Amino acid sequence: MKTLRSLLNGRRDLLQSRAVRSGLLLACLLLPAIARSDDSAQLKIDNFKFGPEKLTITKGTQVTWTNQDDIPHSIVLNALGVRSKALDTDKTFSYQFDKAGTFAYICGLHPFMHGQVVVK
Amino acid sequence: MTTDLHNPDRRGFLKCMTWAGSAMVWTVAGGIPRSHVIGQAEAAETGFSFAQVSDSHLGFDKPVNANVAGTFQEALGHVTSMADKPAFLIHTGDITHLSTAEQFDTGAQLLTATKLQTYTVPGEHDILEDNGKSYLNRYGKGTHGDGWYSFNAQGVHFIGLVNVVNLQGNGLGDLGNAQLEWLEKDVKGLPSSTPIVVFAHVPLWIVYQDWGWGTKDGGQALSYLKRFGSVTVLNGHIHQVMQKIEGQVAFHTARSTAFPQGVPGVAKGPGPYPVPAGELKNFLGTARISLVSTKSPLAIVDTPLAG
Ligand SMILES: [Cu+2]
Repeated sequence: MKTLRSLLNGRRDLLQSRAVRSGLLLACLLLPAIARSDDSAQLKIDNFKFGPEKLTITKGTQVTWTNQDDIPHSIVLNALGVRSKALDTDKTFSYQFDKAGTFAYICGLHPFMHGQVVVK
Repeated sequence: MTTDLHNPDRRGFLKCMTWAGSAMVWTVAGGIPRSHVIGQAEAAETGFSFAQVSDSHLGFDKPVNANVAGTFQEALGHVTSMADKPAFLIHTGDITHLSTAEQFDTGAQLLTATKLQTYTVPGEHDILEDNGKSYLNRYGKGTHGDGWYSFNAQGVHFIGLVNVVNLQGNGLGDLGNAQLEWLEKDVKGLPSSTPIVVFAHVPLWIVYQDWGWGTKDGGQALSYLKRFGSVTVLNGHIHQVMQKIEGQVAFHTARSTAFPQGVPGVAKGPGPYPVPAGELKNFLGTARISLVSTKSPLAIVDTPLAG
């Protein structure tokens, strides 16, 4: 189960925001309904680029972006109405993709930065 | 919309670009641009001048400059100690790094200490909290929309524009229709002989598309200013001096008071550009803009913090 494994892995980043914490709680309650929710994927932001630029995941995967630049960035998933806070250096943002589809996103501060998450 | 703005001669502006070293004065007399490097003594023109500071990024603490409050204060000190004291100060945005109350407080404290009237426009770093409310609560009084406004001083019409809100996937700065409509009305009644100064955070012309250094509808805004004999556009955002002249429009970007950014097409990315310790202050600085006469436009002198 994701939450336990994450905790055991000492994934501090997942516990950073209250929003994410309540998200985890929700995931626990709904667990029987999401069969493939035990996946997580990492994305990094380096030199004003998302890496990988195109990420393919399965439904229910939680994606975590980590900012490795010395300038803040943010994640704006317009199609899903999701906007992260500005992430300073080494800060993370996580979002669980529960719908299939192709989701383009940009950085809200540097909108020439493009990324794509494909959810199967 | 002027096509020139969207297809700038890249070699042209790169040639005009200057990084460090001496101050540069820049005058447009009778529509003919002249630009040359000068000593500071030549800077004084007439009684009326104002100063531009930009990109103070208060709260930034990375190794390239771990004391951005200090360098901002030093830059402001240069401005207030000028023999011919500028009439006021324009800050072209990114006052703060992360829009926190503490960073805005530091900015207000340092700006207030100059005892100069300060006009600001937000950078994208100033509107990261509460949809820009933390900026507007402090600097939004008497402005329209996301914080745009105009005022008159010494016969010059000043226009502060906001091009950092609701940025879209094309990567560029954006003014939006509401602001463009306001601008068109704002200048409608002005005689064409009125000198115009437009200031905004992101360059209004396309400096470098790949890094989002430009404004999508900047050309639209400038089309409303076509009939004016003298238009000066002051921007920040790119942390280096660049200048360009298109007809009667003079474009200028200011240095940051916090850290330099790389040269487009040369540096690997638009982030903070590491410079050798001890050389930082050659890359930071202020600009002073003087009104030569109401007929022939404005002179701009960029002064690095060091030297
Ligand atoms: Cu960014």
